[in-house]
Amino acid sequence: MKHEIPAAAAWSAPVRAGRTITLTALADNANASTLIIGADRLDRLNIPDTLKSQMSARIRAGMVLMSDRGLALATVVASGSDWHDCLIGAPPDRLLQLELAKHGFGAADLHGSVNFFSKVRVTDDARASLTFDPDHARTGDSVTLRAEQDLLVFVSTAAHPLSTTEPAPIAVHIETSVQTEPAEPGGPELRAEAVRALELTRELIA
Amino acid sequence: MSLDTVVEPGDGALLTVPANGRLRIVDLHGNQAVDTLFYDSHDIDNRYSAFDTIRAQRAVYLTTGSRLLSTSGDELAVITDDTCGRHDTVGGACSQESNVIRYGVHTRHQHACRQTFLTYGARAGIGQRQLTHNVNFFMNVPVTSVGDLRFDDGLSAPGRYVELTASRDLLVLISNCPQVNNPCNGWNPTPVQLLGWW
Ligand SMILES: [Zn+2]
Repeated sequence: MKHEIPAAAAWSAPVRAGRTITLTALADNANASTLIIGADRLDRLNIPDTLKSQMSARIRAGMVLMSDRGLALATVVASGSDWHDCLIGAPPDRLLQLELAKHGFGAADLHGSVNFFSKVRVTDDARASLTFDPDHARTGDSVTLRAEQDLLVFVSTAAHPLSTTEPAPIAVHIETSVQTEPAEPGGPELRAEAVRALELTRELIA
Repeated sequence: MSLDTVVEPGDGALLTVPANGRLRIVDLHGNQAVDTLFYDSHDIDNRYSAFDTIRAQRAVYLTTGSRLLSTSGDELAVITDDTCGRHDTVGGACSQESNVIRYGVHTRHQHACRQTFLTYGARAGIGQRQLTHNVNFFMNVPVTSVGDLRFDDGLSAPGRYVELTASRDLLVLISNCPQVNNPCNGWNPTPVQLLGWW
């Protein structure tokens, strides 16, 4: 399935376990604010659990996106960038809320998001001050996630909340994947915590 | 004074704090994480949003002056006094399931903050869907310029406190963290004191 999400729009679709979803920036300064809800429609992407179990303040290749209840939702199997923002949240976006509403979700389901293609720099000062990096996303950048269980994926192409530039379109490509190993040969190394989440997910529901 | 109570580690509280009420959390023995969620008491879907709060202040750590915002962008409370100096809101709350991922299956039946949240939240209709990313008062989670994050020894000390002023009528859901697998409680969870004036 291929689809182009226009700038400043929202989109959602089911992504079955084992398939990959690739997002590609179709212009500089693209941003794809992404929410993920798991197979049982209650277990959501949990950014704090994802970060603390992998000792990271950003999303990059080789990380597993984890749910509220300790399962793997998706693995970042490839990424042109080593930094996708996940500390700022999705932009306040009526269209994204409408996509949630289509699937029966509401305000209670607005959880932390990954803002793919966007980088917010952290300063090593007393408050860990944040500044948006305006030169991060480039036309053609892409990121690929492998669904580790049946997912609902929500994407907003609104501009990053700290960006001052125009929003950009994003291409989505969902493919059947035959990849089942947690780590691809030569690919990014998964931490033990990520492997544990993948193993548990495969034993239980995938 | 409207409130003066001690919460043991592994226990919690659900408080109703009216607009302009002041709530003080005292770290009686030092280095004790107090996992806390805030809800508009008239609409629990209008709840604390860690990432909207971070975005608005353009900084990760919370301290005096931090405005705690809701998913609708409303100001729920402001940190008006802080003798610790720094609090976390990206580390989330411990759960039995995340303990398994981080520390192994032997931790599956250790009590965790999200059990406490569900226990105390139930009578206000706060269930799993209503649990979101919380504040961890007194917890030290350094986030660095190279994009790393870790749980570190605390910056707090016995008697240090944080005080919040409610910007509207609030429900405040508290779990005094029982975690023993990382340094967030100094490897030794201890009681905290809640003081309220309204
Ligand atoms: Zn805890």
